[in-house]
Amino acid sequence: MSLSDYATASNYLIAAATVVLALAALAYVAQWGFARTLAPERETVSLPHSLRSREVPPGSTTGTVVELVEATESAERSDVAGGIGLSLTALAWLLLLLGVASRGMAAERVPWGNMYEFGCAAILMVLTAYLVLVKVWSIDWVGPMVTGFGTIVLGASMLVYVPAGPLVPALHSYWLVIHVLGAMISGAAFLVGAAASVLYLVKSKAEATTPDDERTGFLWRIPPSAKIDQVAYRVHAFAFPIWTFAALIAGPIWAQYAWGRYWGWDPKEVWAFITWVVYAGYLHARATAGWKGKAAAILALVGFATFVFNFTGVNLFVGGMHSYAK
Amino acid sequence: MSQAAPALGTREMLRWAWRQLTSMRTALFLLLLLAIAAVPGSLVPQSGVDARAVEAFKLDHPTLAPWYERLGVFSVYTSPWFSAIYLLLMVSLIGCIIPRSAAYWQAVRARPPRAPKNFDRMPASARFETEKSVDEVLVAARTAVGRARVDVVDDQLRAETGHLRELGNLVFHVSVVAVLIGVAAGALFGYRGSAIVSEGDGFSNVLTQYDDFSSGALFDPDDLPPFSLTLDDLVAKFQLTGPQRGAPRLFEARGTYQPRPGDSERRYDVKVNHPLKIGSTSVFLVGQGYAPVIKVTDAKGNVAFEDAVPFLPKDGTYTSTGVIKVPDAEPKGLGFQGFFLPTAVSTGDKDAPVSAFPAAANPLVGLFVFTGDLGVDAGTPQSVFVLDKTRLTQEMNADGTPFRVSLSEGQTVDLPGGGSIEFVELRQFARFQISSSPLVQVPLIGIVVGVLGLILSLSIKPRRTWVRGRREGAVTVVEVAVLDRVPRDDLPADLDDLLERLRSALGEEKEPT
Ligand code: HEM
Repeated sequence: MSLSDYATASNYLIAAATVVLALAALAYVAQWGFARTLAPERETVSLPHSLRSREVPPGSTTGTVVELVEATESAERSDVAGGIGLSLTALAWLLLLLGVASRGMAAERVPWGNMYEFGCAAILMVLTAYLVLVKVWSIDWVGPMVTGFGTIVLGASMLVYVPAGPLVPALHSYWLVIHVLGAMISGAAFLVGAAASVLYLVKSKAEATTPDDERTGFLWRIPPSAKIDQVAYRVHAFAFPIWTFAALIAGPIWAQYAWGRYWGWDPKEVWAFITWVVYAGYLHARATAGWKGKAAAILALVGFATFVFNFTGVNLFVGGMHSYAK
Repeated sequence: MSQAAPALGTREMLRWAWRQLTSMRTALFLLLLLAIAAVPGSLVPQSGVDARAVEAFKLDHPTLAPWYERLGVFSVYTSPWFSAIYLLLMVSLIGCIIPRSAAYWQAVRARPPRAPKNFDRMPASARFETEKSVDEVLVAARTAVGRARVDVVDDQLRAETGHLRELGNLVFHVSVVAVLIGVAAGALFGYRGSAIVSEGDGFSNVLTQYDDFSSGALFDPDDLPPFSLTLDDLVAKFQLTGPQRGAPRLFEARGTYQPRPGDSERRYDVKVNHPLKIGSTSVFLVGQGYAPVIKVTDAKGNVAFEDAVPFLPKDGTYTSTGVIKVPDAEPKGLGFQGFFLPTAVSTGDKDAPVSAFPAAANPLVGLFVFTGDLGVDAGTPQSVFVLDKTRLTQEMNADGTPFRVSLSEGQTVDLPGGGSIEFVELRQFARFQISSSPLVQVPLIGIVVGVLGLILSLSIKPRRTWVRGRREGAVTVVEVAVLDRVPRDDLPADLDDLLERLRSALGEEKEPT
């Protein structure tokens, strides 16, 4: 295959991945939709540990046979939709992987040298993180948000599409590879963390306000808010050191080679720093009375917003040295 | 800061203030404040980053700019309020580290604490019965807790793990202090500036040769290392074909330098990402552009100006702008302001031509002409890239449109008031950034160590485990409790694992549940 064949293949693959990911998002929404009227699967973990073995026996709910059958059907539909969502996400991941790889072949370098490529590669990373975490912690409940966000970013990346080609001289450095890779890995985890934090806010509010007999819908089939909070913390705890490395070690070293200073308060650097400080704030908030829970989750979302702004707002509206990368 | 200040003596007041300053809540507040304070510096041009952008901003916003100036918005990161926040944060940080280090020192040497009376109050606990004796249970428990600091006292086992977490946390916070100190030292003793050097010209490292220069409060410009360099050749290559036509591909500056006067000349070759190092100073190529050599002859026939004039590129096709100041022209001073196009293509009769490509295929200089007093001798320092037009009059055509000179390489054009201007030849210029930041390794090493501490701190669970056995008739009642000192982990699941290990160490099957 010639370079331009790779470039064309990459464009088709990435377009296909976008469509498949959009379908995955729809399937996930359907998973939630079908479960709208369903009661929680069982009374589980929200009970104190010592009581955990005494589960409410299945079928003890009062109700007519018809209701039961309907409920079973809805539950089945919801499960099938969820399964389809996951399979489509995996397919989108594969297409995107091939698309990003062939983009690299076409440009004869790592495929994250401009905004378009960064968007695609970052979503590849997001899907990887999501699929791994679904395996490890069964976090498919963030599926709608992750796939929805991924679809939007892939779609928006088309708006800043540039044909494959070599890099401008300032980007020639293997620190580029390391720095951007670190930013993408931590960004992927920040996204999962943000999605979990949103669900935490929704669910903890619902737990406080919804009476037991009104607890229907998919929200009550996902883990309790304390568990969601834990997932959010873990991904943030994973992402934060990587972000520290990418933004405050690899970035400055590269900047030193490229521009003769480690740190120059360029807009991109400023926002990387802001993101870092906000997430440090999040980690502190979790250990501070009065800030645990809701306030901490909001800080996590603020942190993610600053991260996203850095890769959209700063690139497009603010400029600075890093606008090389466009 | 929920408590009200107690109406007590100064000592108590101070102690109270110190406790507030070093509280977790204050640390959090200061961190968020720091994040917010950093924002304006990314939206308003900063004099330390782009002095020219600041000048432009001031011209565009005449009412706002003085206020920004007063509030330090043009130099946020060195402003008193920004410094105040991070100094407070640093004091808070140190005030936090010292007592925690002391507490840590005690904790590392302490034995695991005794079991609480009531296990039900613990975040996770369980009980089960077994036929084995209390001693057998405790031996099995010893195996089940694995690597931990363990004491077995009477009927209970006390285990504690995860001291490294606090150590990692302390290391991280100490590193943050080291980074702050290192950055401050670099800012106080370092310098940085940039200079434009045209092909054939030289640069010596003295203050007057810089276009912009900034240095730390404790740096004396007389201490600038006395090197000099000349630029022989600047190579700029651009993509010629394909969709990325015009994109830069290679920038390289070549010439000779002398580390100090009297040394032999050495060759250098500076590329983007590959600076020239002279002692502790690094010379970077951060930009390039075109410097047409312009010769101005005044109305009296004297050559009033002949030099390479750098035109600063404004876009990807190197449409560049620049000014020429000829204060000594007779009878009146002459000023020129205009543009340079490396590959000029005409767009029609009336419109100005545009540049189609960044390399110089059809170089064209276009200039508007001004006469009068250029204000160069007024004493106030002037930028070489800005024409002060307050006492200048622009030359006009008879139809009232501005008079414009268009020059290709080698061309000469007569000026309306007499004299002429010639575009002698085209050269290129390099924009060098010259900087030295001593102690730069401190923040870098600091942050690397800090990340390692952070990883420990975020991945290790500080956990206490208690197992207690009590004989009741023919069975032993075993009680197990676990507690994380940071209440954030998966205690119940871990407790289940522990129970399973304990049962299998006791040689019992897992109870069917
Ligand atoms: C530049 C300022 C600071 C930064 C960047 C920073 C950053 C961090 C980070 C990232 C963590 C998370 C690590 C972990 O959870 O173990 C943390 C934890 C912690 N920080 Fe700071 N910190 C700063 C200042 C302070 C100050 C002033 C205090 C004193 C009140 C403090 C006290 C703590 C404590 C007690 C923890 C442990 C919380 C826990 O156990 O989860 N920090 N800090």
